[in-house]
Amino acid sequence: MDILIYGIINSATLALMAMGFTLVYGVSRLPNFAHGALYVLAGYISWLLLNELGVPYLLAGLIALALVAAVGGAMYQLILVRIRGMAISEIIASYAIGLAILEGLRWGGLKGGTFSLDPFVEGSVIILGVAVDWQRVVVVGLGVVLVGLLWVFVNQTRLGLALKGMAQDERAALTLGIDSDRMAVASMALGSLSAAVAALIILPLGSIVVEAGYHVLIMAVAVCIVGGLGSWTGALLAAFVIGFAQILTVAYLGAHYQVVVALMAIIVTLILRPSGIFGRQKELEERV
Amino acid sequence: MAREREGMRKERLDRGIKVRSDGVYSISSWREMSFLLAPRLLLILGLLIMPLVLVPAPYWQKVLIIVCIYAFLALGFDFLAHFVGLVSLGGALYIGVGAYVTAFFNVYLGLPIWLCIPLATILGGGLCTLLLWPCLPLRGVYFAIVSLMFPLLSARLIEALDVFGGTDGIMGLDGFSNSWWEMYVLISFMLIALFALRRLVNADMGLIFRGVKDNDQAVKASGISITFYKAVGVFIASSLGCFGGACLAHIYMWAGISQFALDFSIIPIAATVVGGGGTLAGPVIGCLILVPISELLRDFGTLRIAVYALILMGFIVFKSEGLMSFGSRKYNQFEHWVEI
Repeated sequence: MDILIYGIINSATLALMAMGFTLVYGVSRLPNFAHGALYVLAGYISWLLLNELGVPYLLAGLIALALVAAVGGAMYQLILVRIRGMAISEIIASYAIGLAILEGLRWGGLKGGTFSLDPFVEGSVIILGVAVDWQRVVVVGLGVVLVGLLWVFVNQTRLGLALKGMAQDERAALTLGIDSDRMAVASMALGSLSAAVAALIILPLGSIVVEAGYHVLIMAVAVCIVGGLGSWTGALLAAFVIGFAQILTVAYLGAHYQVVVALMAIIVTLILRPSGIFGRQKELEERV
Repeated sequence: MAREREGMRKERLDRGIKVRSDGVYSISSWREMSFLLAPRLLLILGLLIMPLVLVPAPYWQKVLIIVCIYAFLALGFDFLAHFVGLVSLGGALYIGVGAYVTAFFNVYLGLPIWLCIPLATILGGGLCTLLLWPCLPLRGVYFAIVSLMFPLLSARLIEALDVFGGTDGIMGLDGFSNSWWEMYVLISFMLIALFALRRLVNADMGLIFRGVKDNDQAVKASGISITFYKAVGVFIASSLGCFGGACLAHIYMWAGISQFALDFSIIPIAATVVGGGGTLAGPVIGCLILVPISELLRDFGTLRIAVYALILMGFIVFKSEGLMSFGSRKYNQFEHWVEI
């Protein structure tokens, strides 16, 4: 029962981490290697606002979300747009931005376990005989709500449908008057926003450390590859596969091996089914 | 820098001497020959003389060694990125694997140093290729992602499983017999690697590599295995890195998880972008510029990496051709303004 409950929690965490990455890649085919950095940045900004400026929790969170979304959009508008379409430069530049943010934060004093956000709700609850922190329940609950919201956004609103059109066929979308660059900015802002949301929900479980940036990037990428790059349902499903695989590894093999799970998942996927669980339509184009 | 002028455009023409020295006429006179040889000799002799010049400053001799080690990585990165089309974000993997393999042979099996380094180069290169093999049949960002993950994870794995000395690393490797050996082995092999790679990319095999990068379907249609050639490319690049890593381990007489550090991944990329991607000599020049800066910034800790990342971004956005292409254009051509 432990495995089931914690597996679900872990999977929801992973899904939250990966949502932003898969959104950006799905719409603009841009691997955002700064994803993890934006995640840590959101946590750090809200910590600063809370502890240095004394802003109330909810407001601090909202400001952090807005700022990180703005950073994401600006990143595209100022830098990435100039090198759009040059795959090598895109990867290097987004990775460089991420590194600059992360190592800049580390230099700026973000080290050790002193930085942490309070959980939204204290205490714990017993579900099916397993004691679970309220915060973890919140993670799962908000995760479900957010995925639902994202689904509604993509399928019901004009902007969402435009993004979806962009993802499906860029040229057709262009002929219908959808601006490719503006959509890419929107998707970067949204992707950064969801990285920030994930950070604010997940970070209260631990402390804010720079290493989390790399960890989140790796996990997000692993989920996306296993699910099929750019496929949202695939990413959700993959989050559950990897989430449960991790919990099972910890339970039966020992916590040491947890770090390998993501890598093994990627490698097995690349060997057996390179386009991921749900990435069938890209098979021809990406597999030579 | 001249600014854009209204109604004018810049015209570039090859210098006469460049045209004359292009073909077989280059041996017609000493002037043409020295035009061709000067830049190459400047680099070769400059590097060979450098250790002697730096005798009064032993610290900077060490820096020169580090420059060479980064230059190996940068050469490998440039070769992979601009000739095979694979972006490797994890140069630290090659350094780490090379260091651990040579430490294994030297400390655990007691082999001598002149056997360990070649073994580490070949076996380490093979091991890295094997690790990266699953993402080679695919196009796109997979290689970048997986190569980014390996150094981060292998450091954590060694720490968690407590193998190969765990967090302490493997100590007690044989050093080089004196520091002149260290410097001249590294410098000469670095120069050999540079000019060998420049040859390779213009040989038949180099054509296939470029084909893999630019139009893999055509290469496949010609009955050539893309995966195999990508693997060969990765093997070449990772062997270079492993050689650097093995030398590094013997110089410090220690192999540890800090050899999977992020510096080894980011500086070569920055050096390539600054020096000029696709020129092979550019990355070496980039290393000669960036690594000393890195040593000067050592007091600032991890801010160094942030500084590199910013330099990198600046160059990639505003000056993506790099110093080497810029320099060779100025050397080979002259420019003037003409009416449109």
